[in-house]
Amino acid sequence: MSENNEIEVMQSVYDKNDEVAKQINEALTAKGIFAINVMGAPGAGKTSTLIKIIERLDGTTPYVIEGDIEADIDTKTLLALGVKTIQINTNGACHLDSPLIGEAVESLNIKDGILFIENIGNLVCPAEFQIGEHVKMLISTVTEGSDKPYKYPLAFEKANIIIINKCDLLPYVDFDEEYFMKGVRALNKTAPVFKISSKTGEGVQDVVSWIKQNLK
Amino acid sequence: MHEYPITKRIIEISEEFAKKNNADDIKQINLVVGDYSGYVASSIELYFDLIAEDSICKNAVLNIERVEPKLKCSDCGKLFKRKPFSFACPYCQGEGRPTEIGQEFYIKSIEV
Ligand SMILES: [Zn+2]
Repeated sequence: MSENNEIEVMQSVYDKNDEVAKQINEALTAKGIFAINVMGAPGAGKTSTLIKIIERLDGTTPYVIEGDIEADIDTKTLLALGVKTIQINTNGACHLDSPLIGEAVESLNIKDGILFIENIGNLVCPAEFQIGEHVKMLISTVTEGSDKPYKYPLAFEKANIIIINKCDLLPYVDFDEEYFMKGVRALNKTAPVFKISSKTGEGVQDVVSWIKQNLK
Repeated sequence: MHEYPITKRIIEISEEFAKKNNADDIKQINLVVGDYSGYVASSIELYFDLIAEDSICKNAVLNIERVEPKLKCSDCGKLFKRKPFSFACPYCQGEGRPTEIGQEFYIKSIEV
């Protein structure tokens, strides 16, 4: 009995976010900023890895947007090191989206350098949203186990660079690197994978070299 | 958690299309949601009734078509649903690669 008249829509519901992300990306590029979306689980060592990278940037200016659900501990640490940082609290939301980044970028007066955007500690939602970045950096750890690519495929698929952190703990944990890499390569043929320790700084220089090669 | 704003956006887009077609009542919204889209179909449904209340979508039925993610085998080319902890093709044991199937999130049509 229903006489519905069907109207074709075929429109992505992501459109607003992606449109804003594209604008942010263009604005950042015009300012000479290379933006890195840093993703990883809570406790993966995102902030400590950033600090080790920033210490080695050598002449390139770093900026940081710290996404957090509610705390600002990481921002205080970075500010104490003299890094221009701003805090975004999502008040419960599980990822950063592009309107949030747009506001933050405006308030951070930035030019010529690298913008690290530390996403919320979560391996699910951050992978799904463009936020105006040039590359996505995924930080996984040997303590999380080698099954992460199998459990969070999208994050590994979308990453442009993958870091295995806490490698100083390899003698103490059961991390099956072969199984991990098999999963990574099934999802992502091209992203380089770097083994580092954000505690000792081992391997970080290679990450910095990769970033510098990919600048501009 | 992030379904609330996106549900609002679904209603907004539906209204735009209804207005363009001179309709003032939306009876059905046909939405396609992939399981890897990052959005949970049941949460969207939950918010929908609440947000639609003050809009021309208030009588609308939200019809969600879910899409299961599929991998494509690099060896034999077949599409398949992956087993937990594996990317292996069930037909030839080759290696599956991610596809767009399962990442959809769009409004297919509205019925007015
Ligand atoms: Zn096959």
